[in-house]
Amino acid sequence: MPVRSTLLVLAALAAVAACALWQLTEPRAAFSRDQWQSYEQGGDAARGRIVFEAGGCASCHATPGQPDRLKLGGGLQLKSPFGSFTVPNISPHPDDGIGAWKVVDLANAMLTGVSPSRTHYYPAFPYTSFQRVKIEDVRDLMTFLRTLAPVSGKAGDHDLSFPFNIRRGLGLWKLLFLDGKPLKADPAKTLQWNRGRYLVEGLGHCAECHSPRNILGAVVADRRFAGGPNLEGKGRVPNITPDASGLGPWSQKDIAELLTSGLTPDGDSVGGAMAEVIRNTAELPPSDREAIAEYLKSLPPRQTSPPEKKGSGG
Amino acid sequence: MIRSIIVAAALAVSVQAAVPQNLDVIKERKQTMKDNGAAAGATAKMLKGDAPFDLATVQKSLNTFISASKKMPSLFPDDSKTGGDTRALPAVWADKADVDARFAKFGQDATDALAAIKDEASFKASFPPIFKDCGGCHEKYRAAQN
Repeated sequence: MPVRSTLLVLAALAAVAACALWQLTEPRAAFSRDQWQSYEQGGDAARGRIVFEAGGCASCHATPGQPDRLKLGGGLQLKSPFGSFTVPNISPHPDDGIGAWKVVDLANAMLTGVSPSRTHYYPAFPYTSFQRVKIEDVRDLMTFLRTLAPVSGKAGDHDLSFPFNIRRGLGLWKLLFLDGKPLKADPAKTLQWNRGRYLVEGLGHCAECHSPRNILGAVVADRRFAGGPNLEGKGRVPNITPDASGLGPWSQKDIAELLTSGLTPDGDSVGGAMAEVIRNTAELPPSDREAIAEYLKSLPPRQTSPPEKKGSGG
Repeated sequence: MIRSIIVAAALAVSVQAAVPQNLDVIKERKQTMKDNGAAAGATAKMLKGDAPFDLATVQKSLNTFISASKKMPSLFPDDSKTGGDTRALPAVWADKADVDARFAKFGQDATDALAAIKDEASFKASFPPIFKDCGGCHEKYRAAQN
C-alpha cells in the first residue's frame, strides 16, 4: 500500500477514535430540564435541613474562618495529589451561588456530577456517594438551601495539574467509577439498617475518607471503609468496619455516642476532619445516628489498610 | 535550585534535632490528657446508659477537667515541639494565645457545669457541651493518629 493511503487510513482511524472519545466523555445528566417544574413541588425545608446535616454540606461549603455554618460562600481549598480544589459558593445568590438553579440542576450535580451548563464536576464533590441519594431528598435540600442568606462573591477556580485540569476527561473516569445505581431497599433487613445504609453509603459519603484510593483517585472497592491515608494532612483515617483493627470492639451505642459528642469509648475526643463531621451528625435525629451505627456494625470486617509505601504518590 | 532546597531542608531537620527537647513536659501533658480522657470516658458511659448516673463520679470528672485546664497552658514550652511521640501540631506554638484561651474556656465551662449539675437531668443537659471544647482543640491542634 502506498504511504499516502496508509496515512489517510490512519488519519481516518484517528478521527473515528477522537469522535468516540468525545462521545464517551460527554457529560450526561440523569434528569431532563424539560420537566423541571414537576420536581419543584412539595419540598420541605425542615426535612431538607436533615439532608443538609447528613450530607455534611457545611463542612466544605461554609465560608472558612467565620463561625456561621449556614453561610455557604465556599472558598475552602481541598488539597489532593492532583492539585488544589476550590469549594464553590452554594448559597442562594443568583449570580455567585446557586440561586438560579432548579431542583433538577441540584439533582444532576449531586447524582451525576454534571453542572447546569453540562460540564463535569470533579469527584472531590462526592457524587460517587451522592449518586445513591433520592430525588425527594434533593428536592427537600434545595427547599432548605433557598431559605439561607445569599452570599456574594464567587469562589476561585481549581488549581490542578495537567492532565487533570481537562474536565472532559472526567467522562472516562465516570465510565469507570460511577454506576448511577440507586440503593434498593433490602426487605430482609430492618428499616433502621436500610436507613443507616442510605446515610453511610449515600448522603454521609463516609467511604470517601475512610477508604484508600487508587492511582486515579477512586475508592478501592475491596478496601472500602478499611481506613486510608489522610489526604488533608498527616496521619491516617481510621478503619470503620467491624474488624478487630476497626470498630470491632465498639458497640452500636459507642458509635452513636461518637456521632453525638465526639467521644470514643476510652474518653478521647476525636479531632481532625472528624470534629467537623461530628458538628453535622450531632444535629441529626438520634434515630439516624443509631441507624448509622447499626449499618456500620453490619459491614464486612476488613483488616486496616496497610500504610502505602513512601514515594507511591499517596 | 532543587539541590539547595534539599540541603536547606536537611540542615533545618538536623538543626531541629539538635535542640534538646523537654521530654518530661511532653510526658506530663500526655498524662494530663489521658486523665481527662478517663474522666470523660466515665461520664460518657452514663450518657450512653452503660453505667448508672453517679453524681460523685461526675463531680470528680469535672474537677479533673478544671485542674487540667489550669495546668495545661504551662505544659507547652518552646522546647517541647517534637519528640516523645507528641501529637501536638506546630499550630499550638503559632497561636499559643488561642490555645490558652481555649483551655480557659474549657475550665470555665467545667466550673459552670459543676455548679449546675445536681441530678441526672441536669447532667444530661449541662455536661455534653463541654465535649465541644475537647473536639474544637483536637481539630486544630492535634495530629491524626498514625
